[in-house]
Amino acid sequence: MTNKRRDDLGLRRLLGQEMLPWLVAAMAFLAALSIGGAMEAQAVSWHWQAGAARSATVLVPNPDLPLARQGDGPETTRFDAVLRALRPNQHLAQVRPLGPEEIGRLLRPWLGAATDPRNLHLPGVIALRLDNDSVDLGKLNMDVAAVAPGASVEGHNAWIGRLLNLASTLEACAFAVLALVTLVAVAVVVAATRSGLAARRETIDIVHGLGAPDRYIAARFARRIAASAGLGGLLGTLAALPVLFGLAVLSAPFLDGGGMAVPHRLADVPPLLAAVPALPVVTALLSYLTAQSTVRRWLRSLP
Amino acid sequence: MIRLENVGLRYGTSSQPGAGSGPLVLEDISFTLPVGGFRWLQGPSGAGKSSLMRLLHLELRPNAGKLVVLDHDLGAMRRDDLPALRRQIGMVYQDFRLLPHLTAFDNIALPLRLAHVPEDIIADDVAEMLRWVELTSKAHIFPRELSGGEQQRVAIARAVVGRPRLLLADEPTGNLDDTQALRQMRLLGELNRLGTTVVVATHNDSLVERFPGPSLRLEDGRLVSDDE
Ligand SMILES: Nc1ncnc2c1ncn2[C@@H]1O[C@H](COP(=O)(O)OP(=O)(O)OP(=O)(O)O)[C@@H](O)[C@H]1O
Ligand SMILES: [Mg+2]
Repeated sequence: MTNKRRDDLGLRRLLGQEMLPWLVAAMAFLAALSIGGAMEAQAVSWHWQAGAARSATVLVPNPDLPLARQGDGPETTRFDAVLRALRPNQHLAQVRPLGPEEIGRLLRPWLGAATDPRNLHLPGVIALRLDNDSVDLGKLNMDVAAVAPGASVEGHNAWIGRLLNLASTLEACAFAVLALVTLVAVAVVVAATRSGLAARRETIDIVHGLGAPDRYIAARFARRIAASAGLGGLLGTLAALPVLFGLAVLSAPFLDGGGMAVPHRLADVPPLLAAVPALPVVTALLSYLTAQSTVRRWLRSLP
Repeated sequence: MIRLENVGLRYGTSSQPGAGSGPLVLEDISFTLPVGGFRWLQGPSGAGKSSLMRLLHLELRPNAGKLVVLDHDLGAMRRDDLPALRRQIGMVYQDFRLLPHLTAFDNIALPLRLAHVPEDIIADDVAEMLRWVELTSKAHIFPRELSGGEQQRVAIARAVVGRPRLLLADEPTGNLDDTQALRQMRLLGELNRLGTTVVVATHNDSLVERFPGPSLRLEDGRLVSDDE
């Protein structure tokens, strides 16, 4: 046994009986969930942001009315005229008119199956996919209105803005939970350290009298506490893994253009890949520092 | 060298200088003890012998006066410098103060481990100390399974093993039979001959008669006689 491993203060048995690992495991579990939640919310919101910036919808009221004829050109509907006006624009990666079936399918959840959307007075809809983020939707709007008065282009800013708000609120909540859990964990470590100090008061007095410097006593306590808390952190993180995986599966459809591609392994979720192994390490490190400062402050009452 | 000038001590809630608020336990104590010197510290129970020992062991700071231990003026020392100085002082506590979770061997080894002495040297030195206090067969026994006298011998071995420059022994033979008491006093005498400054507190006058030596006499917190 090396000098460093030696349990001169008798802490192994003392702290082995503590609740510390289990309490820290609970904290680490909550921390893992809030980190996972925050990361998923962030990933989804980034994805939405990018997607929203690159898509827009053109609405053409009274799509089937013929356009006021100009000169000798062939007769054409307002919808077809707008569609034709959009086609040559090189900034549009995709111009896709939505047929009545598709609109019907989109509206069914709101209107119910009994209502046939063809009986409603619906505008024509054209979905646009833009090839970059800097397309001027205002100019496009004017162009469209010039072709068919009343037609308009809508970016998805309004509703996507609300979704982004929701996502960032979720994110903020997750970080608030994380901060709170960290505070509670620090308090738990401080309490465990203090109770260890009280239980070993006699021993510390003796070792102090034998000339042990504060750093010797503090390091021994901190190492024990960190090992104990690190184990708790590991248990809590392991327990959170299935839940995190479930979360990743649930958020996958939002990350994949509406498809249903599901990550088959946790390793497919890159942010978690970094956060998950870090958590027990961070727990141990935080506990080490907390215990160190608690012990040193306490020792200052000795001569 | 050890020197006290008009030292006063009160107990209180804090050991910081001047913070004690209880009655004076030591008052106006002055004496000098040269390097390699020996003193008995005598006086009736409650006279303040253990308190004076704790002052010399740097466990308490005086509320008044000046205290110089091993050439260091305590008043000028920072708290961080005290552990290194304490490691040069061996203390046999009146109540032994062994660590209950460590065996006799590990209790005796502790001062050496704190001084980062290599384990093979520790093994030899501790074995030699165990032989001297006649506890070789109990090396791996915990204090609660040792008799009072055996615990006291472990405490003596722990104080002596690091060859301290100053040895403070508070009633070191209180729990020993005559043979053991003589043997342990011879050990302390041997250490003193090798250059360690030794102070032995006792209220056992017959022990002092058997080992005559200069003595300090405390009564009710005051120094009433100093043989030098
Ligand atoms: N920690 C303490 N707090 C308050 N008062 C104390 C403390 N320790 C000792 N005293 C008081 O200081 C006085 C001297 O005690 P001390 O232990 O120094 O006496 P002593 O000479 O060693 O006695 P004994 O021969 O019985 O060991 C006593 O009146 C005691 O009540
Ligand atoms: Mg005493």
